[in-house]
Amino acid sequence: MAETLLEVNDLKVSFRTEDGVVKAVDGVSFTLAKGEVLGIVGESGSGKSVTMMSLLRLINDPNMKVEGEVLYKGRNIMKLSEGRMREVRGADIAMIFQDPMTSLNPVYRVGDQIIEALVTHRDIEKQQAKKRAVDLLKQVGIPQAESRVDDFPHQFSGGMRQRAMIAMALANNPDILIADEPTTALDVTIQAQILELIDRLKDEFNSAVILITHDLGVVADIADRIAVMYAGRIVEFGDKRDLFYDPQHPYTWGLLGSIPRLDRPKQERLHSIEGMPPSLITLPEGCKFRPRCPHAFEKCKQEPALVARVEGERHLDRCWLDVETKRAIREKTIQGATAAA
Amino acid sequence: MSTSSNGHLLEVESLKKYFPIKRGVLNREVARVHAVDDVTFAVKEGETLGLVGESGCGKSTLGRTVVRLLDPTEGRIRFQGHEIAKRGRRKLRPLRREMQMVFQDPYASLNPRKRVGSIIATPLAIHGIGDRKERRKRVQELLEVVGLSPEHYNRFPHEFSGGQRQRIGVARALALRPKLIIADEPVSALDVSIQSQMLNLLDDLQNDFNLTYVFIAHDLGVVRHVSDRIAVMYLGKLVEVSPAQELYQRPIMPYTEALLSAVPIPDPDLSDKRERIVLEGDVPSPINPPSGCRFHPRCRYMTDICVEVEPPLVNYGNGHLAACHHPLNVDEATLQRARVSARHTPAEADDRAKPKEPSGPSQPVPTSE
Repeated sequence: MAETLLEVNDLKVSFRTEDGVVKAVDGVSFTLAKGEVLGIVGESGSGKSVTMMSLLRLINDPNMKVEGEVLYKGRNIMKLSEGRMREVRGADIAMIFQDPMTSLNPVYRVGDQIIEALVTHRDIEKQQAKKRAVDLLKQVGIPQAESRVDDFPHQFSGGMRQRAMIAMALANNPDILIADEPTTALDVTIQAQILELIDRLKDEFNSAVILITHDLGVVADIADRIAVMYAGRIVEFGDKRDLFYDPQHPYTWGLLGSIPRLDRPKQERLHSIEGMPPSLITLPEGCKFRPRCPHAFEKCKQEPALVARVEGERHLDRCWLDVETKRAIREKTIQGATAAA
Repeated sequence: MSTSSNGHLLEVESLKKYFPIKRGVLNREVARVHAVDDVTFAVKEGETLGLVGESGCGKSTLGRTVVRLLDPTEGRIRFQGHEIAKRGRRKLRPLRREMQMVFQDPYASLNPRKRVGSIIATPLAIHGIGDRKERRKRVQELLEVVGLSPEHYNRFPHEFSGGQRQRIGVARALALRPKLIIADEPVSALDVSIQSQMLNLLDDLQNDFNLTYVFIAHDLGVVRHVSDRIAVMYLGKLVEVSPAQELYQRPIMPYTEALLSAVPIPDPDLSDKRERIVLEGDVPSPINPPSGCRFHPRCRYMTDICVEVEPPLVNYGNGHLAACHHPLNVDEATLQRARVSARHTPAEADDRAKPKEPSGPSQPVPTSE
């Protein structure tokens, strides 16, 4: 196995609000190896973005409390001074955000924003930095990069802006690239371009990628391992194929069954997970998915730990049901009612 | 008789919607955005027509123009047999009851200062239906129909989640018992698990109230799930219209093929095996659309003719129409028949859309086998 780059241990993030304490992330642990693509899947409010933002210490809220450790190459970056942390951000760990429309500064030229990323982290002449910026834009597939480097963000289309963001993130050859819903705001044809680009660049730059998304199709495409998040915790974690072909958590089944799929015959009715995700202030007792789970039983009033229940060590889940029962009952949920052939 | 004689609830013919771009002190028109450019289609009663395309292709403008939220630049819109493209506001009002819209953004489409009860009752009040008490009763019924509780009557929109707000939007659209609902990306702002609840609800409502939907979306999986027929739009034009299943099995237009192959599939093995057609570049500007076939700069089958001649929307049988010089998945015989029919009725887009004009002795409509 390749070298471990990042190790997150029992990360907890909570916010104090007027209504009570919001437990946005509650005990998340994972590791990331060199060259790996880790997909994090979950719905809004599941804590996937907060996990990544707090990992880079990007949230600056006096009401926030972070616990747990984040080891980058063995060093706990939660304990670094703000100055040191700045050196890590952008140079070692870079991030791409969801909305390319708002994450570029509209009053600076695209090139200057990339140059800024370069000169912040290394000793480099402005001239050279500009050359490098043009190279980067070429690498991410911007046509006429030499002249486009002087454009303002509004002169770029959505897909091009996302490419520029990627160029900026890769400017310093980071070890880890965190992409937070990088294609959600884009059309499918542009999404395909961007995913292909990320896939190609991770090899060229030898980076590990954490890809946050709500789209199971996207992770099926480029991830190696997948974590499914629900109510601030990981409920299932495993290799891509295990997760898609042997899913262990009823929430994962529900997600798989909720998507109208092009690769299957048309479903008569989609599966729907009843109810709504719980409030993060008053979480249900025991398993957090219990109120929406049709298979819940007595034992679910205690929270199951995230451990391997299937053969092998790499497939973890949080569900009390025994593996054979799960394998027997899950298909109905995943397939939905298919149309009479 | 509510529909026109051929069972079409809505018929749109050569519809154009251009937006002028004005500059300078004289406010002179310097260019036009060709948002909807010569679109013809028809929707049968009880049917769901899916309208797909990328952002900026004009699908929302088309939806809004059809219900006259925007005034068309040119063309005809027949609703229940009545011509409404040029009808004045007052004369349009009785027909407005029959066609309603559900909007994309459940956060922006509900007035945050009004209570849910009054939001849903507004259409009833505008059209002078019932007195206060009757309206209240009707609103409470509607809340139940869309899966909310009648106690929600006095709440404000901010007290609801995205999915619940979208249900309020649907209840408002249903208030006047419309025949036609134009749903503009009704589920794209929702999470997957909530999205499937919403799709199932729309399905139930269609059965219960015999609704006709025009369902605008960019998600091809969602569109296949809800639609009977699907129309694909590119830069203001319809480039392919087909029965839903057939479009996915046998796309004719290369753009449709690329669009389908770009949809990520939640199955790692299939995803690896699949050939993916990655389109180069972005959608061109609708201010100066490309000559000939509008898709030609991004098309991998492009030849000279595509640059020069705009392909007409041709019927390939079985209600499957496409506008392309290099049609895919079509056998030689179908191609010949389609060519002949295209020559006889060159401007004919959907042969079923213009039933009243007898075109020649025997209209050469090829049917599949």
